[in-house]
Amino acid sequence: MAEYSLKTPLEEKDVRKLVAGDKVSLSGIVYTARDAAHKRLVELLEQGKELPMSLEGQIIYYVGPAPTPPGKAIGSAGPTTSYRMDPYTPALIENGLKGMIGKGERNEKVVDAMKEHGAVYFAATGGAAALISKRITGAEVIAYEDLGAEAIRELTVEDFPVIVAQDSSGGNIYTEGQKKYRK
Amino acid sequence: MKEIDAAKITKEVARLCMEANFELGEDVLKAIEEGFEKEESPVGKEILRQLLENAEIAKTERMPICQDTGLTVIFLELGQDVRIMGGDLETAINEGVRKGYTEGYLRKSVLGDPLERVNTGDNTPAVIHTKIVPGDVFRMYVVPKGGGSENMSRVAMLKPADGVDGVKEFVIESVRTASANPCPPVVVGVGVGGTFEQCAINSKRALLREIGSEHPNPFYSELEKELLVKVNELGVGPQGLGGIVTALAVFIEAAPCHIASLPVALNLNCHAARHKMVEL
Ligand code: SF4
Repeated sequence: MAEYSLKTPLEEKDVRKLVAGDKVSLSGIVYTARDAAHKRLVELLEQGKELPMSLEGQIIYYVGPAPTPPGKAIGSAGPTTSYRMDPYTPALIENGLKGMIGKGERNEKVVDAMKEHGAVYFAATGGAAALISKRITGAEVIAYEDLGAEAIRELTVEDFPVIVAQDSSGGNIYTEGQKKYRK
Repeated sequence: MKEIDAAKITKEVARLCMEANFELGEDVLKAIEEGFEKEESPVGKEILRQLLENAEIAKTERMPICQDTGLTVIFLELGQDVRIMGGDLETAINEGVRKGYTEGYLRKSVLGDPLERVNTGDNTPAVIHTKIVPGDVFRMYVVPKGGGSENMSRVAMLKPADGVDGVKEFVIESVRTASANPCPPVVVGVGVGGTFEQCAINSKRALLREIGSEHPNPFYSELEKELLVKVNELGVGPQGLGGIVTALAVFIEAAPCHIASLPVALNLNCHAARHKMVEL
């Protein structure tokens, strides 16, 4: 288990060296989106229209935060289950997305796109939402305000703790890790 | 006859919605601490460490442990000698949920209709299970239930011939396939017997038990211990990333059933095993 500190946007060479099980601390800009926002992004791509943000080298975090209490940058903000985004993710990876943060395993189509284009899937700790919110220093809604908790936000993060769950060469800590400790 | 003011119920529900979301129970914390000591996987250990730090931050800053602050489930034991004054029970409870989720900056996660899917905006209505009991007791559990773990619930109508082995297989297989989705380490609630709907409710009621408490029936107490070992041998581990701490506890609630039936249900609670109780 290697440890890295990475800044966004990510470069392909940095992504390619990450191996399932590595511990990574992320800093920089991260975008949030859940199912509803993904659907809209992919529709824009299909129509050949411009997205509200460039995906080049970027990371999307699957989260619907709790409301922001006064005096805080954001409310509790842990990851949501990723498989609901699987149908949309390959199209985003083809358009430059280099990283995703969520919880739970991704399907084969997502993995194929990750291998081909050099992208990585990180797991954040589900339910460690108060802790994660402390590593988010800024949050601004940049699109789809009508979606409420599901709007696209641009987050500024400092030392956001994640684990490489599925890497760009097909490594998968869910299957490898569970096999290792099965008795 | 005991009289309880509806406004008092509203106030208590609001308080408990916030408290349950901000403060993890001592029993859960202790179980995660013990898991941290035991865990062999370095990744698993790191996750358990984060969960402990998270609980501390949530408590001191009064922030939700998890952003999914749940749909509010209420288990109520209501004495038949209690009279609610100044309003009706259901309205009083829902008013409390509304107040708690607004004032506590908790996420509103309830849709008015499952297919129209429009958010009610205030996390109401709550799901309320009431049991009428003798005397003048009013005992209320407030249980915010997250979607990730709830989605991994299962119910099966086993054949009586499947017996206890069938129940064991059902529980172990359900935790294995749930994998990372319910945010392990989990608390496993099992309902056995009763009817189709009763065993499902019992599997959820089982989650109210304090971690470390013994089942009063020695047979079920042994079965709980055996299942906990077997579930942890699956290797799922914290967050499904591999490890030996998959579950913190297994709780079983059994009920009389029909000669032709053996219903079994499983309800999982994530490590954010939230529930608070009050007696009025
Ligand atoms: S399963 Fe529990 S800890 Fe995980 S995201 Fe849902 S409510 Fe939070």
